[in-house]
Amino acid sequence: MNISLSITKNIHNWLFSIMPEGVASITEMVLIAVVYLAIFAVAGLYLVLLERRVAAWFQLRIGPNRVGYQGLLQTMADALKLVSKELTGTIKADKFLYNLAPYFVIVTSLMALALFPFTQEFQAFDINIGIFFLIAISSIGVIGILLGGWASNNKFAMIGAMRSGVQTISYELSVGLSLITMVLISGSLQLSEIVEVQKNGWLIVQGHVPAVIAFMIYMIAGTAETNRAPFDLVEAESELGAGFHTEYSGMKFAYFFLAEFINMFIIAAIATTIFFGGWLSPFGITESIPILGLFWFLGKTLVLIFLMMWFRWTFPRLRVDQLLTLEWKYLLPLNLLNIVLMALIVWLNLTIQF
Amino acid sequence: MSYFGDIYRGIKTLLTGMSVTGKYFLHSRKGAITQQYPDNRDTLKMFDRFRGEVVMPHNENNEHRCTGCQKCELACPNGSIEIIWDRQIDPESGKKKKMIDQHIYHLGMCTMCGLCIEACPTDAILWAQNFENSVYNRAYLTKVLNKPGSKLMPGVEE
Repeated sequence: MNISLSITKNIHNWLFSIMPEGVASITEMVLIAVVYLAIFAVAGLYLVLLERRVAAWFQLRIGPNRVGYQGLLQTMADALKLVSKELTGTIKADKFLYNLAPYFVIVTSLMALALFPFTQEFQAFDINIGIFFLIAISSIGVIGILLGGWASNNKFAMIGAMRSGVQTISYELSVGLSLITMVLISGSLQLSEIVEVQKNGWLIVQGHVPAVIAFMIYMIAGTAETNRAPFDLVEAESELGAGFHTEYSGMKFAYFFLAEFINMFIIAAIATTIFFGGWLSPFGITESIPILGLFWFLGKTLVLIFLMMWFRWTFPRLRVDQLLTLEWKYLLPLNLLNIVLMALIVWLNLTIQF
Repeated sequence: MSYFGDIYRGIKTLLTGMSVTGKYFLHSRKGAITQQYPDNRDTLKMFDRFRGEVVMPHNENNEHRCTGCQKCELACPNGSIEIIWDRQIDPESGKKKKMIDQHIYHLGMCTMCGLCIEACPTDAILWAQNFENSVYNRAYLTKVLNKPGSKLMPGVEE
């Protein structure tokens, strides 16, 4: 736990002064968890609103603008409605797994959030195998989807879950390999250290050609990881109803929905940290004001999220065979070539450093 | 090699698509087609081809163009139009002539197919762009299109 902006440092000292050490550290963990949970539940809701507004603008519509100023409270109202709704279920569902599945999905996506360095010292969990941990955590989420689809005892949910399994296991490989390409140049798995390395130029500039290729592959695979269009055949409305969450209602449905948007944030945040220098400002223009790192981090992340929304509202959905062709015949071989290229560039010192 | 050619073409076409949607995104402020209806009720103008209801336009002398030929009544597939007519003496020529008494239009039965308007040889009936057609009683949906005391516009029958 090295949150040590001055306000958090004060709370830290105060907690340790009034309690024994063990109790204080547990209290601190719980506090941090509650704060993260609150922030990202609200952030997820606003991402849903952003998605709806952006989708509307792409389609020459206006989008939700009635609840609150410019619709700012729309998704809050939706969430309140979902909380108050009845949780229905099917009789033949496997009750235990059925109820467990949404928590798998939401908990894994919230766990991954703990690792991001939002600004210099605002990071809940600075583990030294950061990227490895992120990749590992993000593949647990698919278990929740598989469980949800299986336990619903519904053929559409089942097909959706199986498609999700195929898709996530395939594209996990591309995400991992494109991140490994960047680890070659950063020389560390720890996220805070990767940001430190980028003080001599963002990694996408340092690594030039292979870094750009890795970024493109990462964005494609990352979009597929989050089951968003054009890779949304998991919940293809025209074929499967709502896919794996067909049988879920009320808050359990909202968990799946929220997790999807938090996952999108995670994918964009990883890309920001690895490729675009995390909280570093361009050319170090605001280096003297550390709190602005938060602004730069969120700004870059939002730009990448917008890119993913742009994909969603432009490209048509792929078929399963096209999906697998794209991964196994194009992304994977290119990725392996790209790793060799990156290794050569790092070996021959051809990186661009400022 | 067609493998790399395929990748190049794939990326190129994807970027073409993204530029098209990107242009739409940038122009969404001006080009939004959504009408925020009850708010802009005063300024909202329906487009010309909108089929709201059938009307019979009258000029300032309370004259219409309907000769009472009943072609619209025959053309209507579901009997929305009823024409009550009789033969009266035309005050100008002094001859007996077919004239409409009432052109009755049942909006509640109308499917807005437009066959009556296509059938009309004198363009006496037209589409109106009025869309706020709901009423509290079904009887209000039966409308008499010609105004009381109106007569045929001179020169229509020639």
